[in-house]
Amino acid sequence: MSHDDHDHSHGHDHSHDEPHPYQPDIEDAPFTERMVMAQAVAELIVEKGIVSTDEMRAQIEFMDTREPALGAKLVARTWLDPEFKARVLTDVKAASAELGIDIGDIPIQAIENTEDVHNVVVCTLCSCYPRMLIGLPPDWYKSRAYRSRTIKEPRKVLEDFGTTIPDNVEVRVHDSTADLRYVVLPARPAGTDDWNEERLTDLVTRDSMIGVSLAKSPETA
Amino acid sequence: MSETKYQAGDAVKVRAAFPPGHVRTPHFIRGCDGVVTQYVGSHPNPEELAYGRDGMPKKPLYRVKFNQADVWPNYEGPAKDTMVIDIYEHWLEKNQ
Repeated sequence: MSHDDHDHSHGHDHSHDEPHPYQPDIEDAPFTERMVMAQAVAELIVEKGIVSTDEMRAQIEFMDTREPALGAKLVARTWLDPEFKARVLTDVKAASAELGIDIGDIPIQAIENTEDVHNVVVCTLCSCYPRMLIGLPPDWYKSRAYRSRTIKEPRKVLEDFGTTIPDNVEVRVHDSTADLRYVVLPARPAGTDDWNEERLTDLVTRDSMIGVSLAKSPETA
Repeated sequence: MSETKYQAGDAVKVRAAFPPGHVRTPHFIRGCDGVVTQYVGSHPNPEELAYGRDGMPKKPLYRVKFNQADVWPNYEGPAKDTMVIDIYEHWLEKNQ
């Protein structure tokens, strides 16, 4: 339809000679006190020679190499190799090293979804997350809504992600409040018996390792 | 401190204390009854680290399981639903 045909009842009352409003640039958002403080601390760290800008950039680039694909590789291997899974459940750092993945010094614990238990991870206090294994957390993981709702109405939050857990399965919420980080090992989807590691890896999503969803089914892969 | 006060299976209560400062025991769990599932090592005390001190002596850290229905009286899901929270030893008391 032509531009003039549409219904103007939605407050679209500007003159047609004016341009539509622009999306604001990043700089147009208010600069908060904490942003100023973070910037000031970063500048002081460089100025005092504690960390150079090159070192800072190298660390950011290193963190950018951390992504869900690393965790997905780990999970797919646990589906194929029960002994490897046993090692993951007791020592994620050592098991990851077998795959050439260095998860650093913050301990990560793997928690396994079974027929009887579905696990989901939250950090009610802030945004603790197994970054070295699956990358930076999504914004929603840090939101107040996710942090407050997951601990007290986990099944409703899971429903919001399209995940329905039957009532005969325990939903277990893990609140990552201290020194450990948690990664969920989702269950291997049915109908993947003859799949190789590469194909299985594609079924393991970031959300399934947080526990808000299951691994992808073969039909949706 | 290599001795730990609790073992897996021990019934515990989270201290219902509300001191000022940086505390990593969530408010909603203080005063609640749970069961220790695992000891996960001793770590520098975050209540000290937060103020630039060394966090020594290290504090034993446990995973403690709670029934959702015990924490939230109006919880709507099945009675078997649980939560597991990491809590330092000095925030736990023996139950019974």
